[in-house]
Amino acid sequence: MTKSHGQHHHDHAHDHDHDHDHAHPHSPPAPDDDDGYDRYEVLLQTAIRELLDEKGIISADELHRQIDYQDSLTPAIGGKIVAKAWVDPEFKRKLLADPLETINASFELDITTPLDLVVLENTPTVHNVVVCTLCSCYPRMLLGIPPAWYKSIDYRSRVVIEPRKVLAEFGTHLPDEVEVRVSDSTADLRFLVLPYRPAGTEGLSEAELAALVTRDSMIGTSLPLTAHSALKSAS
Amino acid sequence: MNALPPRPGQALPVGTPIVIRKQPPEVHCRTPFYLRGVKGEIAEVRGRFRDPSLLAFHKPGLPMRVLYRVRFKQKDVWPEYKGGPHDTVVADIFEHWIDPIAGVTKA
Repeated sequence: MTKSHGQHHHDHAHDHDHDHDHAHPHSPPAPDDDDGYDRYEVLLQTAIRELLDEKGIISADELHRQIDYQDSLTPAIGGKIVAKAWVDPEFKRKLLADPLETINASFELDITTPLDLVVLENTPTVHNVVVCTLCSCYPRMLLGIPPAWYKSIDYRSRVVIEPRKVLAEFGTHLPDEVEVRVSDSTADLRFLVLPYRPAGTEGLSEAELAALVTRDSMIGTSLPLTAHSALKSAS
Repeated sequence: MNALPPRPGQALPVGTPIVIRKQPPEVHCRTPFYLRGVKGEIAEVRGRFRDPSLLAFHKPGLPMRVLYRVRFKQKDVWPEYKGGPHDTVVADIFEHWIDPIAGVTKA
């Protein structure tokens, strides 16, 4: 390879053995790009981001404000929703019938989305778990960015083929009589699992209950913490 | 949300036995490959949506398609399935990938 790039400068971490004649210098990967390695998808993403900025369609500033907003959404709101559904039957009825409107009204939120949010209720005989085998559909408008494993090929393929083995790897063991119901989210629906309220939590306040609701319990790979395990992890 | 109710007589009723079509996938296909040719039943009718396989290419996504939640027994999806006997998969599938199994009429 000849180092004849002239003023063209590569910011990538390693050399390339290909010719690269266009005159447009790349900016370094944004700090949010994974490791900045020059996978095709990362380069494509960088190119699109630069074009949107250059053409004044989405500025770098707007992009980073959106990233900040996405990062500000956390599973904590999901925990509040679940805890309220555990203690308030009327709220639960409305939540299952019309999830987004009920959540917005009850928690003074203003979440808007073109997608259709669906709440899947766990019962003593049905355990729901959510996946998107095609890509990474996730109730981001509520829970924020999905965990990395949720987007992995391993999880996406295995949880529909051998859900009980995958759940066991999350420490979730369910009796054979329970129906494990895997919901495969493909396009317009987004799912939030409403976990079954753990036994022995009768005396807890709504706020204490909310602390038992983990992100994974709302995806369905885990059960909520028990009052006992919550005390142990807090000590 | 963008869903509209199905037109009268358009949707298969809940409980209808169906089979997922074995047809060539669209480029931005929203029907998971592992369900092609698998028998299941309509679990829920979610309404009419613009077709995401067309929206992906900046087309209007028309005609709108009825979106169902379709329930499959794991044993019907994976004959060698070794989990619980009642385990299921429920997937969101658009109407143009679904054939009712003979003898059932639209409501």
